[in-house]
Amino acid sequence: MLTIKNLHVEIEGKEIIRGLDLEVKAGEVHAIMGPNGTGKSTLAAVIAGREGYDVTEGEIIYNNKELLEMETEERALNGIFLGFQYPVEIPGVSMNNFMRTALNEQRKYRGLDPIPASEFLTQMEEARKLVEIQDKLTNRSVNEGFSGGEKKRNEIFQMAMIKPTLAILDETDSGLDIDALKVVARGVNALKSKDNATIVITHYQRLLEYIIPDFVHVLFDGKIVRSGGRELALELEEKGYEWLKQEA
Amino acid sequence: MANTKNNILEEVTQSEYKYGFFTDIEMDTAPKGLNEDIIRFISAKKKEPEFMLNFRLKAFERWKKMTEPDWAHLNIPPIDYQEIIYYAAPKKKPKLDSLDDVDPELLETFDKLGISLDEQKRLTGVAVDAVFDSVSVKTTFQDTLKKHGIIFCSFSEAVQNHPDLVKKYMGSVVPAGDNYFAALNSAVFTDGSFCFIPAGVRCPVELSTYFRINSAGTGQFERTLIVAEEGAYVSYLEGCTAPQRDENQLHAAVVEIVALKDAEVKYSTVQNWYPGDKNGKGGVYNFVTKRGMCKGSHSKISWTQVETGSAITWKYPSCVLLGDNSIGEFYSVAVTNNRQQADTGSKMTHIGKNTKSTIISKGISAGFSNNSYRGLVKISKMAENSRNFSQCDSLLLGDKCGAHTFPYIDTQNSSSIVEHEATTSKISDDQLFYCLQRGIDTEKAIGLIVNGYAKEVLKQLPMEFAVEAQKLLAISLEGSVG
Repeated sequence: MLTIKNLHVEIEGKEIIRGLDLEVKAGEVHAIMGPNGTGKSTLAAVIAGREGYDVTEGEIIYNNKELLEMETEERALNGIFLGFQYPVEIPGVSMNNFMRTALNEQRKYRGLDPIPASEFLTQMEEARKLVEIQDKLTNRSVNEGFSGGEKKRNEIFQMAMIKPTLAILDETDSGLDIDALKVVARGVNALKSKDNATIVITHYQRLLEYIIPDFVHVLFDGKIVRSGGRELALELEEKGYEWLKQEA
Repeated sequence: MANTKNNILEEVTQSEYKYGFFTDIEMDTAPKGLNEDIIRFISAKKKEPEFMLNFRLKAFERWKKMTEPDWAHLNIPPIDYQEIIYYAAPKKKPKLDSLDDVDPELLETFDKLGISLDEQKRLTGVAVDAVFDSVSVKTTFQDTLKKHGIIFCSFSEAVQNHPDLVKKYMGSVVPAGDNYFAALNSAVFTDGSFCFIPAGVRCPVELSTYFRINSAGTGQFERTLIVAEEGAYVSYLEGCTAPQRDENQLHAAVVEIVALKDAEVKYSTVQNWYPGDKNGKGGVYNFVTKRGMCKGSHSKISWTQVETGSAITWKYPSCVLLGDNSIGEFYSVAVTNNRQQADTGSKMTHIGKNTKSTIISKGISAGFSNNSYRGLVKISKMAENSRNFSQCDSLLLGDKCGAHTFPYIDTQNSSSIVEHEATTSKISDDQLFYCLQRGIDTEKAIGLIVNGYAKEVLKQLPMEFAVEAQKLLAISLEGSVG
């Protein structure tokens, strides 16, 4: 589904990612771990197509397409979803309106008519249940006045509505208490299928107790320095990141 | 609503000013220029009584001694008032009682604008007066209104049929010599709407006037007068468009509202005059005086405006709060793009005790445009315990445009409370990226964000207009980012 080869990324002339390789297949859950400032969020932003990042070398192939040639919204319409670390507020735009607009864009791209109101309401209801958010939250403006936990749940809520092919969850666990964490994890697990894939970015192994990864990668200094199974996460928990520094 | 919202977004992709067409119709026009003879010509054409001609001539005398206001934050090219045609009317004289008598070309024009004058086809609940250049073409729903004793007709008809009411109220809120453009209007105004709601009547339909400038080189000078007697209520809508032309067109209107005791008037405008092209060529100069007088106690006047058109806008819908406990409100969204300039806001004059006013202004600037809020809150000595709340927000798209706020507060009463809040913000890259990441393209994202920003004002508009306004906001800002 996703193949990243020798990726180099600069922000304002400073190289953040320095030769990264990654292969994600349908049905897989990958965890990318590593200390702060090693390029985890940069990787997520580059895949999603955020401006301000210069790819100086390498390529990303997504479902047989050159991902880096695609516009940001085109990537989204092709099934790439980013769960934001810091979801932004959009005053005056209700979640209902926002979600309907997003869904209809997805449908238009696939040549479908706008979603009928009843179908939309049913989907909203199901997605709300999945992440245990209240009706009134979706009547409020996008992320406005949401608590930290509500914002993160709202990201998974949107993921449930959009049903992406490749979801990248950027530090979705940060700032969550254990109950919220469980809710988020349950949502992600429920959405998992053999046709989609998830990349979970985190620097604690805590989340990985609830979202079981097939692969764990350690990102350090812009490169993946070690990959393994779930046990690698446990090892990191025990030893910290220091012991991997030599490998960088 | 799901569908409507979606249509709005669909329409974002049409970038041209879609009302820019011109109707080729035989016109009866006055010669170019302004002098006493022209004024007599207009008055004669309209078969006006003596008092109207005198009103015009007096105003003209005043106007000649006045100079154009230069205090606004606007760059107004010199206007040659002798180059303007002050009267233009479709030749086929429309009789106002039957649609069959209206020139089919005209009906088609209004149909194209989405204003059907055929009562069968119209949404029930809105009565329309359509003004084409200098004359009113047709007023719908006359019978329904008559039943309630409501008078809603063209200004010319009112002069003929209700001269006493016109004489009593015309100029009582905006005197002929109030300002340069009001004086000009008073001298040469051609038509407009007149609306009278008798005591105790709640107008069962929305009243609406639709203005269309068609002829080249013509100024449009309409005059609207709304009178709500004791305990009456009316909601009034106004819309406007003009063909796309390279030269500028002058529009100098006057709107007067009188609200007696316990009366309420809600006045909503969606202004979409041709704004000129990308480089600022052409477009309408929109120099308008709108004022309401809360004459009786507990009366209320509320202005809501969505301003997206015009090359230059100079407009300050205001309220004089004379009656005790009266209320004045002003809700505004003003959008400027490309080379448009707007200097708009409100004036709230508190005279009665316990009077209240609210000003909510949302400016949106894009391109190379300049958008200013200018407001005056004046609290007189007698206005004990009066209150004002003003909120002026500016949203900037891009870094070549300007947003300015000029709030003036003049309080002569220590028991009064005046609050003023102002913010300036930009659409952030984070907000745009968030939308893009959900598959919403840039244009739609801006439409969404801007409509969200203006929501507080848009929700004041009657439903039918709110939808129109949302579309307009999105369309007006096309191509303003990226």
